[in-house]
Amino acid sequence: MWNFPIAPPQASNFASEFDALFGLLTFLTIFFTAVVGLVVLFFVTKFRRGRTANRSAPVNDHLKLELVWTIIPTLLGLAVFVWGAKLYIQMRTPPKDAYEVFVIGKQWMWHVQHPNGVRENNELHVPIGVPVRLTMISQDVIHGFYIPAFRIQYHVVPGRYTTQWFTPSKEGKYPLFCTILCGTQHSEMGGYVYALPQPKFSAWLANGGNRFQKPALTLGDQGKQLFDKLACTNCHGTQDTLRGPSLAGLYGKTRRFTDGSSVVVDESYLRESIINPYNRITQGYEKTMPVYLYKKQVSEENIRQLIEHIKSLGQPAAPTVAQQLESMAVRPAASSANR
Amino acid sequence: MSSLAHESTKPEGVFEQFETLDQQQDTYMIGMWAFLVTEVMFFGVLFLAYAVYRWKYQSIFYEVHNELDLLKGGINTVILLTSSLTMALAVRFAQLNDKRGQLRMLGATLCGAFGFLVVKSLEYSAKFQHHHFPGPDFRWEDPTVPASVAQLFFSLYFAATGLHGVHVIIGILVISSLAILVARDHPLVKGDYIPTEMIGLYWHFVDLVWIFLFPLFYLIPK
Amino acid sequence: MNATAQTHAHEPNYLEAGHSVRSWLLTKDHKRIAILYLISTAIFFFVGGLAAGAIRLELTSPKGMMLSSDTYNKMFTAHGVIMIFFFLLVAVPAVLGNFLIPLMIGARDLAFPRLNLLSWYMYMAGGLFAVLALLLGGVDTGWTFYTPYSSMYSNSQVTLTIVGAFIAGFSSIFTAVNFIATIHKMRAPGMTWFRMPLYCWSHYATSVIIILGTPVIAITLLLVVIERAFKVGIFSPELGGDPILFQHLFWFYSHPAVYIMVLPAMGVISEVIACFSRKRIFGYQFVAFSSVAIAALGFLVWGHHMFISSQSMYQGVVFSFISYLVAVPSAVKIFNWSATMYKGSVWLASPMIYALGFIGLFVLGGLTGLYLAGLATDVHLTGTYFVVAHFHYVMVGGSILAFMAGIHFWWPKMFGRMYNENLAKYNAIVVFIGFNLTFLPQFILGYLGMPRRYHYYYFAPEFQFYHILSTAGSTVLGFGFIVPVFYLLHSLKYGAIAGPNPWGAKGLEWEIASPPPVHNFHTIPIVRQEAYAYDAVAEEQVLDEERERTKVKN
Repeated sequence: MWNFPIAPPQASNFASEFDALFGLLTFLTIFFTAVVGLVVLFFVTKFRRGRTANRSAPVNDHLKLELVWTIIPTLLGLAVFVWGAKLYIQMRTPPKDAYEVFVIGKQWMWHVQHPNGVRENNELHVPIGVPVRLTMISQDVIHGFYIPAFRIQYHVVPGRYTTQWFTPSKEGKYPLFCTILCGTQHSEMGGYVYALPQPKFSAWLANGGNRFQKPALTLGDQGKQLFDKLACTNCHGTQDTLRGPSLAGLYGKTRRFTDGSSVVVDESYLRESIINPYNRITQGYEKTMPVYLYKKQVSEENIRQLIEHIKSLGQPAAPTVAQQLESMAVRPAASSANR
Repeated sequence: MSSLAHESTKPEGVFEQFETLDQQQDTYMIGMWAFLVTEVMFFGVLFLAYAVYRWKYQSIFYEVHNELDLLKGGINTVILLTSSLTMALAVRFAQLNDKRGQLRMLGATLCGAFGFLVVKSLEYSAKFQHHHFPGPDFRWEDPTVPASVAQLFFSLYFAATGLHGVHVIIGILVISSLAILVARDHPLVKGDYIPTEMIGLYWHFVDLVWIFLFPLFYLIPK
Repeated sequence: MNATAQTHAHEPNYLEAGHSVRSWLLTKDHKRIAILYLISTAIFFFVGGLAAGAIRLELTSPKGMMLSSDTYNKMFTAHGVIMIFFFLLVAVPAVLGNFLIPLMIGARDLAFPRLNLLSWYMYMAGGLFAVLALLLGGVDTGWTFYTPYSSMYSNSQVTLTIVGAFIAGFSSIFTAVNFIATIHKMRAPGMTWFRMPLYCWSHYATSVIIILGTPVIAITLLLVVIERAFKVGIFSPELGGDPILFQHLFWFYSHPAVYIMVLPAMGVISEVIACFSRKRIFGYQFVAFSSVAIAALGFLVWGHHMFISSQSMYQGVVFSFISYLVAVPSAVKIFNWSATMYKGSVWLASPMIYALGFIGLFVLGGLTGLYLAGLATDVHLTGTYFVVAHFHYVMVGGSILAFMAGIHFWWPKMFGRMYNENLAKYNAIVVFIGFNLTFLPQFILGYLGMPRRYHYYYFAPEFQFYHILSTAGSTVLGFGFIVPVFYLLHSLKYGAIAGPNPWGAKGLEWEIASPPPVHNFHTIPIVRQEAYAYDAVAEEQVLDEERERTKVKN
């Protein structure tokens, strides 16, 4: 009980700038509290009732003073705002070559999936020095995914994907918490994040994670199996047909709809088009796609697998970040020699 | 700071807390307007929720809204507009101290209000029969429209028109009470048109809400 | 001190005019209604406080002490619902506002006395439903009722609790309508807007917030009930709804709601500081307009509760910017109150000690709000004990301390009796110390990452040290809130008789008898002076002369 820290460890790329901003705010807080406190204490003492002091010509207003103590706090506040906004925009803008991890929150645990098929529950292994992007969704109520040591947190919402990213910077084991009240076991829905140096992480990933058994299929491969099983190929082949458009190279392209609107295809659109295809119909087509009722025929995991597969359709065979990381472990002798 | 002012005898009909009739009447009107602001915010939320979902599900809402009975909605619009007119005339008669005229107009307004409710209940019962009332009994035949979104449209429809209907019922109770008081020359309303004006404001507001509801729900363009 | 109070020799005071239960429960007198509110809000406060005690006890151990997780969730929900809907939103406006506003502006009652009584009955009806919900098992969604948990998943008394809050909302609305009409139209002749006590300005701004905001939460919660009852998907994604829409609608009211809780408190502080500095409030117009600015800007910042909820980062930037702006008028008030004491004659009576405590704690609490208004800092701190510490600093250290200041200041006016001043002063210091011990460690807990609404924290047992400090503080704080009940009640029968103006304050309420007569003023006064016509120099001269006299005597 006597081991009490006063700050969480700095274990991500955001942590030190965050702590600097936090430190500035703390300084301003203590400073202004002290200034007001001391001024008040001074006045209370000097002008205490019964104490002789010069009270003649009391001042009841002073425009210049009002302007000074309005404008200066406003400027200080705006300065802090700008710094916070800049860091936040960084936090909300993941780099393109991030390592993608998929997170599902549910009452009351976290399912984490790596692209090569490795799964973990209530744990998250991440490589140091590599940007990691979490794509998250809930299967039931709103949860929150929070890693204090990384200074990152975001809500995990049912019905839509939310994302956050970070680059781990320090090896260690750090708590992760759920931060939105989600029911009985809300405070037990936690776990640990393990930040590993890249070689160790690659080895972990290549050896099947905690199960010590290399997964048979990657997320994308599982998606391909599902794609075939659900007979998606009947309408979505390699070319556009009368029944359905081709999905090759779709990810990242712009799709136009019958109502005139358009969207750049991303994970959210793909998810919507699987479970609610009639909301936006691709131009040139009609309401013919079978609806995959959410949860009854495809789970969030399934949807993710399908999306990974669709993303790979028609794409050139450049190795993804995940594949690169995994391949690092294939030459263990070489990498340990470099250390 | 203060000085003794000459105490004036208060005119009849002025409540204890007021000094003059003018002050009392002005105060009641401000109170009524402040209350109507809250009513605007009440309905505003429903309109906002409706706007959000209509924007999200434009084509589905268009299809589903075809189930609404345009004729009955239109009749109700005419009824309410007319009742607003008769209510305004009732206020006028109150100002002129014409008790009979006032009672006639209040009666006409009540007829309109009842008529509105009758037409509304015909609409609602048709919806119940077609299983379009939200809940476990809800059914939507068209498979290209997700039933849950169709149900969402009807939830908003029933919430908005239902809340409006509750306000119509409250209006009926309040207008009837006013009519009874006027008929009996009750001191609360005798020689004072303000209660009628206040209730008139309320009734105009109820009408105004319907003027927004009707096009928003019943007249969605393709 | 003052000119003879206006008492009509034979008019009974409002406490004497009728002793039957009926005369109290069917009263139209704003003063009696204020007392009814005083009793009922105090009861709710202690019920909410018991829930807080249970929470603090549980958190002394990382694995909890004696409650199940479900019960724990219901405890903090009960604490939040009761304290917010049945105490903080109500206490200062409905107790002190009801009692004082007609007196301060020279009126015989509020604009609509029967509506005022209806307000109290609605409040009690709402409270009844909330208590019923508690007795029938409680609700476990948190006072924020986030969907879809509250609308589709929770098995607790969500509907009953919402009905209670819904009805209490009407109570709030009726009071606000009353205040707006009263302040607009019933000021005594000569009392222009800028001669009105700042207390009335703050209640006017509060009332505008209430009429604009409360209906929004009422309908939003009603939609949650509809969703629960009919299993439709207004806020539920599985059925096509949007849970974030709920959050927008909820916070559109609930952010301005915190200003409903703090603006009346600031009004109290203005009155107390002016009186116990024997000086006009510095920058009267700036303080008056800052109340209006807080009310207006307060409606534009709700999205700062949703920075990590999936709203776009551009929305976040706008809300963060305006959130920094809304802090400025509050800062302006603090500076003006501090400057008021310059060249004043400062009397450290118990109301003033509470008011000074308010200044310190509200500054700290308000500044910690800036961490949460900032986008990047909020990402880490939201959902943690940092937020809990922040809002307790402003709500308890701010609003409740101001309520205590007001109760102590106007107690002799309301009941004609003085309480034990020395005991009150020491108790104020106890409250201040207990409060800081309870909530200061929680800032650190939040920074370390301790989430709020957590029953267990065994993933991070190093948090225990701070939790124990906090629980120790809460014991002291609880003691500090219970003691006044005793000396205040004691004073009703055994306290020294207070005259019309025991504090030597300026204001129309101090020119009539204590307790006030039923109809307040024998004749409506005519106002010829600015508010707070204090003269510190003259006061000190009187004190000097007295000192000389006692010296000469000895």
